[in-house]
Amino acid sequence: MSKQEYILEAEGICKSYRMGTAEVKVLKGVDLSVKKGEFLAIVGASGSGKSTLLHILGALDKPDKGVVRFEGRNLNKAGEGKLNHFRNKMVGFVFQFYHLLDELNVLENVLLPTMAGTGVLGWLGRRRAAKKRARELLSEVGLGKRANHKPYQLSGGERQRAAIARALMNEPKILLVDEPTGNLDSETGNDILKVFEKLNRAGETIVMVTHDEGIAQRAGRIITLADGKIEHKCASAQINL
Amino acid sequence: MYKVILPFRYLFKKRISYLALVAVALCVFTVVVVMTVMTGLVNDFKQKNHSFVGDCIVGTESLVGFAYYEDFMKVLEGADFIEGVSAAVKSYALINPKGSQHSVGVEIMGIDPVRHSQATGFGETLHYNKSDVSKTFKPSYDPNLAGCVIGIDLWIGRDAKGKYTYAAEPEMQALSISCFPLTPKGALAKAGAGEVDTRTFYYSDTSHSGLARVDGSFVYLPFEQAQSLCGMDRPVKRASWLHIKFRPNTKPEAGCEKVALLWRQFAKENSGGKAAETLDTVKVQSWKDYQRPFIAAMEKEQTMLTAMFVLVGVTTVFIVLVVFYMIISHKSKDIGILKSVGTSNSNILLLFLCFAFWVGVFGSAIGAAAGWRFLVHINQIENWLFEHVGFQLWDRTIFVAIGDIPNQMEFRLLAVIILSAIAACLAGALVPSWQAARLKPVETLQVSQL
Repeated sequence: MSKQEYILEAEGICKSYRMGTAEVKVLKGVDLSVKKGEFLAIVGASGSGKSTLLHILGALDKPDKGVVRFEGRNLNKAGEGKLNHFRNKMVGFVFQFYHLLDELNVLENVLLPTMAGTGVLGWLGRRRAAKKRARELLSEVGLGKRANHKPYQLSGGERQRAAIARALMNEPKILLVDEPTGNLDSETGNDILKVFEKLNRAGETIVMVTHDEGIAQRAGRIITLADGKIEHKCASAQINL
Repeated sequence: MYKVILPFRYLFKKRISYLALVAVALCVFTVVVVMTVMTGLVNDFKQKNHSFVGDCIVGTESLVGFAYYEDFMKVLEGADFIEGVSAAVKSYALINPKGSQHSVGVEIMGIDPVRHSQATGFGETLHYNKSDVSKTFKPSYDPNLAGCVIGIDLWIGRDAKGKYTYAAEPEMQALSISCFPLTPKGALAKAGAGEVDTRTFYYSDTSHSGLARVDGSFVYLPFEQAQSLCGMDRPVKRASWLHIKFRPNTKPEAGCEKVALLWRQFAKENSGGKAAETLDTVKVQSWKDYQRPFIAAMEKEQTMLTAMFVLVGVTTVFIVLVVFYMIISHKSKDIGILKSVGTSNSNILLLFLCFAFWVGVFGSAIGAAAGWRFLVHINQIENWLFEHVGFQLWDRTIFVAIGDIPNQMEFRLLAVIILSAIAACLAGALVPSWQAARLKPVETLQVSQL
């Protein structure tokens, strides 16, 4: 496979945290490559460093050692402005606890990445088109009629759908998903996973972190993270079928 | 756009924001009310002093007075920038109502009421002769008698509410006024059999200048009579002061400089005169310099008050700082979310500074509106408190110069207070906002997950 096919690559990623006087090594040299259009699941027990890895891949955190490349460009060497642009335009995050802004309604939450990426004048010029796209995305995730509701008026599943719509707003090249069903019942979690599967079929690259191997089976490829290292890699059963 | 929307939502949907709003509003309210009242009192005091003195004054503190004043008046009257000049004799005397055993020490001022009203605001201070000042020293009950005008607080006591009660017409009252006439050398002059000259004057009007010192100790007499009483009519005529009013287009400082120049020339020309030594102590002063000892005290109080309000401002900054620390600690998740969608540090800083700006704008608007409303009714409130609780902000029997509490808000002062409040909010929010901007998104998002 040529290097150009990888949208995201990580080489020798190390990360440690200080807890009092002790240093806790969370990642101990992780190598990882994600192909365009791939649905990758990273599985690991709680505390295995999978969320840390996801944050590093999405430039929300920096590794102590190692390199992260997005479309061949080294994110470690990018300045703050370029990293902001990367987080705004290239990547969409979906978190376990949805992380919607309570003061904004659902539509405004979905519009947030576009608002963050434009100034006031730029926003005024793009407002109509942005609102149209946000409403379309909400309809796609089944929240067409909930646009003007506040996050606290939605169920957990609906909030996660709104978070997915927000992540897709700026048409990112990759979705980074952290325990998307961790806070949902199995039926609602299944619905959310169906949304990701649909997006992946439409060509979206997805990296999903989960502790649940059953959920990971819905991805095209699974890697297991244990003790800060990639333990083994395999294609999921579903894809093998 | 979120920088516009989110600060408003934080402001109106977070109860903790109301704490900052209330703190700012209370500070602005206090500063607006106290500064308006204090500035009103100081401005009123200055205006009354200006009115009492005129624009410029030439003369001496010496009780001997200075000679050749008539010649200098002619020089001044020939100058195109001068509207009015009035000579005044000033000295000390004892006043004793006929039939009474009480003598009171007073300052006497001999003036020509018509000239003095052209040069100062004297005519406006009269009660009975305001419309025709030429009758000032002609008692209405007998115009042939020598009249005198008495400072209102020497004559009529105030009631508890600070009001004076006048009779419809001045009542006939004879007053013995005793003075010590002085020679041009400053020695006591013989007056009849002794060294005290006593004459009788009749109450013709009262003067209410609004200056406690003047209203409580001044008695105005006809110029020639006062000059004679003080011995300033012999052997060479003398006066204590010349009160000068400039034409409206003349700047006071420039006018005073011109008068000083004219005086220097005049003094030089008359340096060989018989009473030339009386010219040595003559000074040319603006009304402000002349009344400086009284005005400076008020201005000092105002400065001290302003300094105290700087401390109030510092307290506001501290309150806003604390409130913003609390708000930002509650909103750390939002900061993480905003950073995860690509918001820069500077935009996070701006977001919270915008929030602080609106806290300042709304807080000061509420405080200013409440202050304005309070000031409009401040005298009614004071009256109500006095009638129902017995409390009076300034006891009018003691603070005789104060009438109604000044309540005219100055737009410039208000603008300064509001801008200061907004600046205080921005200053208070700067450090917490800066720290918010520097928060690592991953820390805030992970903390939120725990």
